[in-house]
Amino acid sequence: MTDYNFAYLDEATKRMLRRAILKAVAIPGYQVPFSSREMPMPYGWGTGGVQVTAACLVPEDTLKVIDQGADDTTNAVSIRNFFARVARVTTTEATAEASVIQTRHRIPERPLTDGQILVFQVPIPEPLRFLEPRETETRTMHALEDYGLMQVRLYEDIARHGEIARAYAYPVRVEGRYIMDPSPIPKFDNPKLDRSPALHLFGAGREGRIYALPPHTRVESLDFEDYPFTASKAAGQRCAICGAEDSYLDEVITDDAGGRMFVCSDTDYCATRVAAQAEDAA
Amino acid sequence: MTPLLKVEGLGKFYGRHLGCADISFTLWPGEVMGIVGESGSGKSTLLNCLAGHMPPDTGRVMFDTRDQGLRDTLEMSEPERRWLARTDWAFVHQNPRDGLRMNVSAGGNVGDRLMAVGARHYGDIRRQASDWLGRVEIDAGRIDERPRAFSGGMQQRLQIARNLVTGPRLVFMDEPTGGLDVSVQARLLDLLRGLVRHFGLSAVIVTHDLAVVRLLADRLMVMKDGHVVEEGLTDQVLDDPQDAYTQLLVSSVLQV
Repeated sequence: MTDYNFAYLDEATKRMLRRAILKAVAIPGYQVPFSSREMPMPYGWGTGGVQVTAACLVPEDTLKVIDQGADDTTNAVSIRNFFARVARVTTTEATAEASVIQTRHRIPERPLTDGQILVFQVPIPEPLRFLEPRETETRTMHALEDYGLMQVRLYEDIARHGEIARAYAYPVRVEGRYIMDPSPIPKFDNPKLDRSPALHLFGAGREGRIYALPPHTRVESLDFEDYPFTASKAAGQRCAICGAEDSYLDEVITDDAGGRMFVCSDTDYCATRVAAQAEDAA
Repeated sequence: MTPLLKVEGLGKFYGRHLGCADISFTLWPGEVMGIVGESGSGKSTLLNCLAGHMPPDTGRVMFDTRDQGLRDTLEMSEPERRWLARTDWAFVHQNPRDGLRMNVSAGGNVGDRLMAVGARHYGDIRRQASDWLGRVEIDAGRIDERPRAFSGGMQQRLQIARNLVTGPRLVFMDEPTGGLDVSVQARLLDLLRGLVRHFGLSAVIVTHDLAVVRLLADRLMVMKDGHVVEEGLTDQVLDDPQDAYTQLLVSSVLQV
């Protein structure tokens, strides 16, 4: 495997990415522009996350890749294989063993620890995008902390639906300063960001933006005093495989006669629990 | 007494073309100043310079801020100016579509400024919004409708409610009755007059409709080709115009 430089990207590109990452870590929640490269996968498949992961990886790393919480979906498998080939790093499905985790749409259930890096794939980094179409204006709004408009959107939700209807990509405020889109994670995962000991990096390949949450950063989900934020999930359900009540559940349609089941979206969490239960039974 | 707004030698050029020049006036608290003139006379340029929408080339715009007294708004930082624009200032556009968020409900439009200055209690915001809808004679039952479901006159009233909800001390109005039919205009003027008197608002109203200034303005400035040609009490200027252009303007009004 001498055809590619370590982790696919050339050293100059990784250096550029690392500079952007360092700046993003220095200004939590601020979107740092970077010159996104063409990657051997289409936009929307995680080109931003892959570039950030490539810039972070060292040969000693253990990489885990999840898509919607699962280790075994197409996107996760192909990105994991990609780095196994071009960086020859160890890969794993166990959250606890991984030093770098690239994720799409979920944060693992198992609490992250000191020294782990979580890399998010971000489709639309700008939380104000659908409120204000002009990029120049949204940047000014961030610079001036002019965030009334975001609150107006939450107001509209309550006026129309009786609650804040946003279930994913729920906007957060970082260290009382920047409003940030935590990428399309369910709002169930938002509290996990708050003061997490892990480093969270967000890469948006199409839009060329990197932003970050350094370890132990204060992250608050936006809300109203009389309509506080709630981390919701499928109510009153438990995982059909492992029986977990505290994890985020996927609804799986099993037939065309209304049959359905709820299972953990985090496959590693579910499998670990099932193994532990088998051990207890034995 | 401190003037609320003091303008000194304001001028704006668009390249080689003159927008307005040598504009100086003082606006006192509770006073309504009308600016009239034909299209292209620099009225809107002047208003936009006053409201900080564009930087003038010369002159100063001093505003009596709450905590620091008279300050030059042009030397303020952008955050300060924006803060002023959503607390002490209000701007009523001629076209309500420019001043409203068309994809946000009426209640959200009124609550916008409240939330921009930090209101975070949904119930309070909603109460104030429905209170203000009542004051501008919009049925509180329509609080969740989008502005595009409203008639032109209602949209304009909604824009006024949205602007006045934070209790501004100075309101800039750019042809507030333009594009409305006469009966709706009359109702809007009646409402504006009531609000101006009730809250003791100071306002700068730009219009080409002399009836509007006759009803609302205490003082009047007449502009032509970017310059002020006549200035005085409204009734005085309209009843006894001195300048040739003002005489022409006053005599051009159609009598029904």
